[in-house]
Amino acid sequence: MQQTEAIASSPTQHLPLSQRAPFRAVQRALFYLMMVALALIFAGPLLWMLSTSLKTDPQVYTVPPIWIPNPVRLINYPEALASRPFEIYTYNTLRYALGAVAGALISNTLVAYGFARIRWPGRDIFFIICLSTMMIPFQVRMIPLYLTFKNLGWLNTYLPLIVPTFLGVNAYYTFLLRQFFLTIPSELSDAARVDGCTELGILIRIILPLAKPALAVIGLIQFMFAWDNYIGPLIYLNSEALYPIALGLQQFRTMFQEELMWPYMMAASTAATAPVIILYFFVQRTFVEGISITGLKG
Amino acid sequence: MLQNWTPAQTRSLLKGLAFISPWLVGFAGFVLYPIAASAYYSLTRYDVLRPARFIGLENYIELFAKDEIFRTVLGNTVYLVVLGVPAGLVVAFLLASLLNREMKLRPLFRTIFFLPVLVPAVASAEVWRWVYNTNYGVINSFIKSWGLAVIPFISSMELAKPSLILIHVWAQGTAIVIFLAALQDVPSSLMDAAEVDGANALQRFWHVTIPICTPAILFVMLTGMIGMFQYFTLGWLLTQGGPNNSTEFFSLYLYRNAFQFFKMGYASAQAWILFVIILAFTLLIFRSSARWVYYAGESD
Repeated sequence: MQQTEAIASSPTQHLPLSQRAPFRAVQRALFYLMMVALALIFAGPLLWMLSTSLKTDPQVYTVPPIWIPNPVRLINYPEALASRPFEIYTYNTLRYALGAVAGALISNTLVAYGFARIRWPGRDIFFIICLSTMMIPFQVRMIPLYLTFKNLGWLNTYLPLIVPTFLGVNAYYTFLLRQFFLTIPSELSDAARVDGCTELGILIRIILPLAKPALAVIGLIQFMFAWDNYIGPLIYLNSEALYPIALGLQQFRTMFQEELMWPYMMAASTAATAPVIILYFFVQRTFVEGISITGLKG
Repeated sequence: MLQNWTPAQTRSLLKGLAFISPWLVGFAGFVLYPIAASAYYSLTRYDVLRPARFIGLENYIELFAKDEIFRTVLGNTVYLVVLGVPAGLVVAFLLASLLNREMKLRPLFRTIFFLPVLVPAVASAEVWRWVYNTNYGVINSFIKSWGLAVIPFISSMELAKPSLILIHVWAQGTAIVIFLAALQDVPSSLMDAAEVDGANALQRFWHVTIPICTPAILFVMLTGMIGMFQYFTLGWLLTQGGPNNSTEFFSLYLYRNAFQFFKMGYASAQAWILFVIILAFTLLIFRSSARWVYYAGESD
């Protein structure tokens, strides 16, 4: 109950401070206490991962658990990662993720521009069809796609994972970008048109520079999706030399079997997670702004 | 029809089509064709080695009338959606509301609540396998040190699904960011007016904040529902459908049928059932939304 109170009360009360100060001080202290507790709970599993990845074996099996490893066994990382071609997994993942980001940005920019900035007969019908594809579960397309790619000889390559991104198949990105493009005043385009600028010219010279936050959001979401994607690589790839981290981590797991090598397993998991988190810290500001702008307006 | 158009209209049509042409190709090749093919396969017996053989509705009949695992799978999936989606939504909304208050270190807190969604599913599976470990996992290790009975999170039939839902609730970063954006749009004039009218904090939250945020809630609910019906990776990695099929969800069973048993026709029929279920839930939510979603700009 107290929790809901704290959530709900907004700092808009303009009562004399002298009356409210002690009450508010206690309230604020409780609020911060709760925030810290919640933060610890949410960060808990990740701290536990990090802590385990730095432990020596006996420290892993203490009851109650210890959080701060002593001694810190950094060598778990090179030892764990050397047991499988982690650098190859990383290279494959990066290649896939960057290819998919390029595909998603190029294709969805064009498509969203066609849906947002040009008036043409039939546009709205096409857009509704495009949006409605979001409801189609991947599972419906999965089997025919697999068979098609098999016939094309694309199995065991990254083509099935990258080529569709160049064809704007993800309607969610199209939708987000279109929403963003709609917020740009049409006078800007009209002026350029009067000056004889082509649509492509308007897109590149006027719209794109303004759309950077939205593009950053889509790029980051697509990057994270590719980094995270498990079922796609699982279906299309079968040689370990092509595995991305998502599949590679399972190779670690088969090696480190069950409870025997938790520090290694956690070191590998941390290594698989760290790049995404580091990337997020770099683009965090743009990302959060972009989601707020693109999110659900209009 | 075309002759009635002015040249300008035709030009704009061609321009529009040119810009969306990547999507037109992708839609035809990677959406429309697969959907049609999948509908056809669902009416066949197809093991990839031999050509597909038309068998009418037999796959559907077998799924509903004979396949007992499928019935369990349906139950498990509905359980996951009906409990997991609202649980995730409520937690995300509460966390976003907390983050929306004036506070020190807000970016830090926001990052911490967002962080779990950045963890790749495969890594998340390993981390939670270790957190949930019966002997030395962080929770049970504490429980043991207090002399209590350990919790068999993912190894018990009763707890496996709730344990997976807990992981889902943990990773609500995207919803939190969306809600936070919506909360920042709640006009303070409305809040002040409600306060003047004597509404207490709880009432303001319930009668002002939540209604203003209902479009965002609808969005998160819909995308969450569609995603949850396709839940795969964590179930596949963490519990492999077990124990005793208690976490065998729709996508797991479908994947097994398609790529382990090579029953492509049978799996396609399942995919279509999933599609229809998702459509039904979408329509249901949309229909009901007229009653609970509040659009501020409704008049225009």
